[in-house]
Amino acid sequence: MSDIGSTTGAVLAEGMPGIVDDWSADKEAFHVPWGKAMMWIFLLSDTFIFSCFLTSYMNVRMSTTVPWPNPSEVFALTIFGNHMPLILIAIMTFILITSSGTMAMAVNFGYRKDRVKTAILMLATAAFGVSFVGMQAFEWTKLIEDGVRPWGNPFGADQFGATFFMITGFHGLHVTGGVIYLSIIAFKVYRGDYDKSNNYEAVEIAGLYWHFVDLVWVFIFAFFYLW
Amino acid sequence: MAHVALADRGQALSHPHSFITKYVWSQDHKVIAIQYGITAIAVGVVALVLSGIMRLQLGFPDTFSFIQPSEYYQFVTMHGMIMVIYLLTALFLGGFGNYLIPLMVGARDMVFPYLNMLSYWVYLLSVIILMSSFFVTGGPTGAGWTLYPPQAIMFGTPGAEWGIILMLLSLFVFIIAFTMGGLNYVTTVLQARTRGMTLMRMPLSVWGIFTATVLGLLAFPALLVSAIMMTLDRVLGTSFFMPAMVSMGEQTNYDGGSPVLFQHLFWFFGHPEVYIVALPAFGIVSDLLSTHARKNIFGYRMMVWAIVGIGGLSFIVWAHHMYVSGMNPYFGFFFATTTLIIAVPTAIKVYNWVLTLWRGNIHLNTPMLFAIGFIFTFIHGGLTGIFLGNVVVDLPLSDTYFVVAHFHMVMGVSPILVVFGAIYHWYPKITGKMFDATLGKAHFWLTFLGTYSIYLPMHYLGFLGVPRRYFAYEGIDFIPQSALDLNTAITISALFVAVVQIIFFYNMIWSLFKGKQAGSNPWGATTLEWQTPDTPPIHGNWGPELPVVHRWAYDYSVPGAEEDFIPQNVPESEVDKAAS
Ligand code: HEM
Ligand SMILES: [Cu+2]
Repeated sequence: MSDIGSTTGAVLAEGMPGIVDDWSADKEAFHVPWGKAMMWIFLLSDTFIFSCFLTSYMNVRMSTTVPWPNPSEVFALTIFGNHMPLILIAIMTFILITSSGTMAMAVNFGYRKDRVKTAILMLATAAFGVSFVGMQAFEWTKLIEDGVRPWGNPFGADQFGATFFMITGFHGLHVTGGVIYLSIIAFKVYRGDYDKSNNYEAVEIAGLYWHFVDLVWVFIFAFFYLW
Repeated sequence: MAHVALADRGQALSHPHSFITKYVWSQDHKVIAIQYGITAIAVGVVALVLSGIMRLQLGFPDTFSFIQPSEYYQFVTMHGMIMVIYLLTALFLGGFGNYLIPLMVGARDMVFPYLNMLSYWVYLLSVIILMSSFFVTGGPTGAGWTLYPPQAIMFGTPGAEWGIILMLLSLFVFIIAFTMGGLNYVTTVLQARTRGMTLMRMPLSVWGIFTATVLGLLAFPALLVSAIMMTLDRVLGTSFFMPAMVSMGEQTNYDGGSPVLFQHLFWFFGHPEVYIVALPAFGIVSDLLSTHARKNIFGYRMMVWAIVGIGGLSFIVWAHHMYVSGMNPYFGFFFATTTLIIAVPTAIKVYNWVLTLWRGNIHLNTPMLFAIGFIFTFIHGGLTGIFLGNVVVDLPLSDTYFVVAHFHMVMGVSPILVVFGAIYHWYPKITGKMFDATLGKAHFWLTFLGTYSIYLPMHYLGFLGVPRRYFAYEGIDFIPQSALDLNTAITISALFVAVVQIIFFYNMIWSLFKGKQAGSNPWGATTLEWQTPDTPPIHGNWGPELPVVHRWAYDYSVPGAEEDFIPQNVPESEVDKAAS
């Protein structure tokens, strides 16, 4: 065994022992502001929530005895006489991904301490979020008109409606919460709070949350609409 | 971006002056800790009273007309849930976590005090919701603390009207409260330590609480999700967990759900939960043993890795609670193996505690008695756990009093002994007063021997096959009269132990007013919380300068040193000066 792992030597340890030394350094385990670390930890916990939801969904979908409804039929729209499967959901996904783009730009302008542009881009992100939730409301309405309910539906297994409303609803609440959160931060940016403290990290932390909500959507999209 | 470490930043803490902001809406981690502690102990007393009522029924059947079978189920359920979640989890993390983390790592407060304050108030709300279920139509739920569907939400189970809904709601609210607090504890440990306090210099108490909090943040999601799904099943009539069923002669509207899915989700939370309660106890007991034996903890690094290792492994053993659920038998093989593997780091910890005592200069102070008592009860409960971890042994023993005896030893009595030990240990710091040692020791011996006389006989009942969660055992052929007599004896011990706790409460309250001044470091301990300029520590904890840490937390009886302990914030140069 080599003695690379010694923590007292002046030479920086390599590999695994190096990582351990680094993490056990005094004061801070991660060289980021505490707010950011806290957001990361929260998102890790939230990841477990969504994983439990999606695993439960897979479980009921595989164990139910009644066939699962065909998503490309259920989620089809007829626009100008054209029957288009998954069109609405494609638009919704596109919007959410775009909003991640505007959020990333807001963070960028935040670094440059550009008060007005940061605020505007954050509000744009929030507006995309609102339109996403709006379209989700439209989709729910249409499904409900077609007879899909949490306790049953005409197309197949009861659990289809149950898992769909529960998981997209839970995600929709995350988006709604994010819209409120972004708007508050945008307002504070605009008011100049972060110029006073000379510290725009709140923008970046809000951005982390928003990107996470988008990322979760990609998984929900894949599991519900493409499987 | 240049970035100043949190510990080096001059923090602007608001120093409130009115009574309300100082003691009610307080953002001071110490006040929040006490609020958490008192609330948790108060609900714990409710759970204790419930267990007394259950024991009355079991010991003296047909004597008390106010205990009917459905009440019995409700009391079992509320007793179990309160003890595990609302008492132990809240007390260890919200109580001790809040009090000890900032003091022990040398911070002025948690990183986000406002969120920390909210955490307590939301916890209080969850307690109020839970307690309100005693007063609604149908009373609290009687589904058992495991809340297994389908019976949990079927009419016929007591409390199916409102009790189960309030229980699920209360758990939901509790998880939100826990998350707000937990994010603070984890982030404070990771990011807000003072200079010199590396992770590998932290006292094991902090390691235990920290790892338990991480477990909580990753395990409670499963409970949250299952609570949401069960609420939907109950309120909206979805069928996540509910198969097609005939109830009271009628086909229900449920169809195609999976009750075993609930069991998986529940135990994915439930097993780590055991360690959420155990790891803080492990950590605290290590510090108590080392301090009162005036000896460094044996194998500090091994202890840390064992805590972290147990934490990780605890996520892959959950289905050892489900050997009788009808899951695939190969799962039983896998989960039995992981369960036995987790016994290895656990055993390492036990050896290290015993080796810490070996040739120590043991002072049998009250906290030390409780710490040593813990080693006994924990070894005891741990060994029966190895029995139950093996599929073939578990099959006949599952759902008998053997299981009741096992989990009360390992996660009931053991953590509670540590709670008492820890309260006695830190009482002088929290209040500035010394408790009455004679009463403390009497409390220990009566509690320790009393709990043994409750739970030791239960193993025997379990071997006889006496099932758990039963209201009465009369007229069951395979249960002999001697078992029923034993139940009477157990009940007498249980009531005795319950009454004995009055000594503890009396001691705590009396000493608060009449106790001797304790001084800042009555035990001669090395960790930072004993080095504060004021006792009890004021808001902000430290004077103008944060302490600087120069050594690990276990420099006891160092040869050549002036005293038999060197506090963590004493630099090497001063020790040399004293020695020369
Ligand atoms: C003097 C103290 C205690 C006494 C006398 C006591 C007594 C009991 C009794 C009689 C039962 C019901 C057994 C049955 O009918 O199946 C029970 C269940 C239980 N107890 Fe305790 N207990 C005490 C302390 C604790 C503590 C500190 C915990 C904390 C972990 C705890 C956790 C539980 C749990 C989880 C259950 C199972 C509930 C269920 O079956 O749903 N108990 N206890
Ligand atoms: Cu377990």
